[in-house]
Amino acid sequence: MQKVLTEASNPELARKIIKQIQKLSLTYKEKNGRIPALMEVCGSHTMALARTGIKRILHEDVRLISGPGCPVCVTDQKSIDSMIELAKQKNRIVCTFGDMMRVPGSKGSLTKAKSEGSDIRVVYSPTDAVQIAKQNPTKEVIFLGIGFETTIPVLLAAIQMAEQEKVANFSMWLNTKLIEPILTYLLDTGEVNIDGFILPGHVSMIIGEESYQFLIEQYKIPGVISGFEAVEMLSSIYKLLKMLIKEEAFIENDYRSVVSYSGNLIAKKMMSTYLQPIDEAWRGIGVIKNSGLRFKDHYQHFDAKKKFNIEVAEPVKTKCRCGEIIRGLILPEECSLFGTACTPIKPIGPCMVSSEGTCAAHYTYLREVN
Amino acid sequence: MEERISLAHGDGGELANQLIKELFIEAFGHREEAKLDAAILSLKAEKIAISTDSFVVHPIFFPGGNIGKLAVTGTVNDLAVSGAVPLYLTVGFIIEEGLSIYELREIVNSIAAEAKKAQVKIIAGDTKVVEKGKAEGVYINTTGLGVINRQQLHPETITVGDSVIISGTIGDHAIAILSARGELGIQTDLESDCASLNLMIQNVLQSTEHVKIMRDPTRGGLATSLVEISEDFNVTIELEETSLPIKEQVDGVCQILGYEPIYLANEGKVIFIVDSKDEQLVLSILQQHPLGKNARVIGKVKENTKSGLLMRTALGSTRRLDRLTGILLPRIC
Repeated sequence: MQKVLTEASNPELARKIIKQIQKLSLTYKEKNGRIPALMEVCGSHTMALARTGIKRILHEDVRLISGPGCPVCVTDQKSIDSMIELAKQKNRIVCTFGDMMRVPGSKGSLTKAKSEGSDIRVVYSPTDAVQIAKQNPTKEVIFLGIGFETTIPVLLAAIQMAEQEKVANFSMWLNTKLIEPILTYLLDTGEVNIDGFILPGHVSMIIGEESYQFLIEQYKIPGVISGFEAVEMLSSIYKLLKMLIKEEAFIENDYRSVVSYSGNLIAKKMMSTYLQPIDEAWRGIGVIKNSGLRFKDHYQHFDAKKKFNIEVAEPVKTKCRCGEIIRGLILPEECSLFGTACTPIKPIGPCMVSSEGTCAAHYTYLREVN
Repeated sequence: MEERISLAHGDGGELANQLIKELFIEAFGHREEAKLDAAILSLKAEKIAISTDSFVVHPIFFPGGNIGKLAVTGTVNDLAVSGAVPLYLTVGFIIEEGLSIYELREIVNSIAAEAKKAQVKIIAGDTKVVEKGKAEGVYINTTGLGVINRQQLHPETITVGDSVIISGTIGDHAIAILSARGELGIQTDLESDCASLNLMIQNVLQSTEHVKIMRDPTRGGLATSLVEISEDFNVTIELEETSLPIKEQVDGVCQILGYEPIYLANEGKVIFIVDSKDEQLVLSILQQHPLGKNARVIGKVKENTKSGLLMRTALGSTRRLDRLTGILLPRIC
């Protein structure tokens, strides 16, 4: 495995592909009068493209637009406020992935609530939260279920465990998001020009190559499913440019070691067993039809939203432009808060705090060096 | 002796006396110093260096060491990288009621063994016991005293062209501790690198006059230490990503969890900034020592309009590095 990873991040090979991409970009520019615009949908790609230096090296050759694939960043403010409020109530243990801890709510964060005495625990796996529920039978244990299709099966593994072991004091606050509806939304609004998609490797592992056929059938926009090492991402960009120059549109699977045509059928089955689509609110965008998931009626005893009545006021509005950044309309540097009022130490929006956030990627890896 | 520590072990009475005599004095061999309320020393030195540090590591036993060993190496290294020769340590324990005496003995013996190895003497100590749940096992504070007879470090002379050297692989301690906590669901056979560096550092300082500064990159890792140096002395340091010594296992865990090795804690590594003409000399002295065999040149002091820490990536672009922000957290997907 290590050998595969090493080869995929081989700098010499990467530099060769960069040269090829630069050549293809020139050809594209001669033909179209501008450089090609590709969207990397996934937050992990945003981070990896910035960290490896690809974004900086290719910035005159390919416009790489960061998409809406960071699960924390797309969670709307009211949901964040509700989760913090949920954690503040007595006799609760709220468990979460680490990324949520410092996400700013209208009044404080989970980190602040924890320092004020709320029992909030960072776990590495949702099944750890089920264990905590078993150890604390007099308390309600709630897991904050944030994520795209990659994470949803992991969340459901915890639900399955709680169901089998009849853990009645365990529930989940679901704020999951689906990839297809948000891509459709972006393409239908036409706010941002996208010539091709660098498609998310991890999400694709679950949903499979077949799930992107709509991009071809309805929009004639090519997509390449990509891994996360430098060579893998560059290879995907190269393949997209090749297709664009030839004016072809396919979905290509450039991450075959991990992604199959139909995806993970067991995970898909689990999702359809426990969950059903629901209209979901996205930060800075609003409600998108059938873009989230909720527990089916039969499993609503696991639904923390039903189990606990959480009411929060309308969120306080800030000048944070996360919404536009998520949609690829502006770069973080165009937000007046970026790098001054809003930094990783004192984040105003989730894009600055999440380890997959576009603002965090720009702040950490793409600030001027001189 | 009782099998477990009780509150009575910290009340100054008979049990406390038993613990001090049978465990601490036995291990540390400071019977004479312990007869007075303070240890009294005579020192001949141009300058005296003092450093204090508290240790709250969890778990208290981990691959490659325990909290006792760490409490010695941590303070010894702080003195050593300041250019001092560490001589004496004091050790304070805050023990949670219920800690097994067997475990305490292990820890105390590790302290004695590491102190012997580092050629420092333990001259004073203190023990407090707190109720169960008010601490986690044991916390240890050590204060160290060292002497400087000739100030050799001149950080104010750091200039463009100076070389940055690290004495070995980075991130081993952090990943060893994280996997020992058992929360990651990842098993490694990595050991903490915790070790006293003073003797190796003395070898270097005896051979060259051109070490400008040293730091031990503990919490916050290599990057945070170098950001501090670049800010304190208004210089630009550029690291070469491909030169960083990183164990495959550390690299692998970092890829899975989204950590960067340059921000992970080390407990047995030292950074040197040296005049480039002595770069190879320092490197060869380090590489001859068991704790420095993976030493490497990892960067240079560069000319730049704005001070700070930069890193040249494997692909040839450059990025700015900051201090570690917030706690290290895993990513979602």
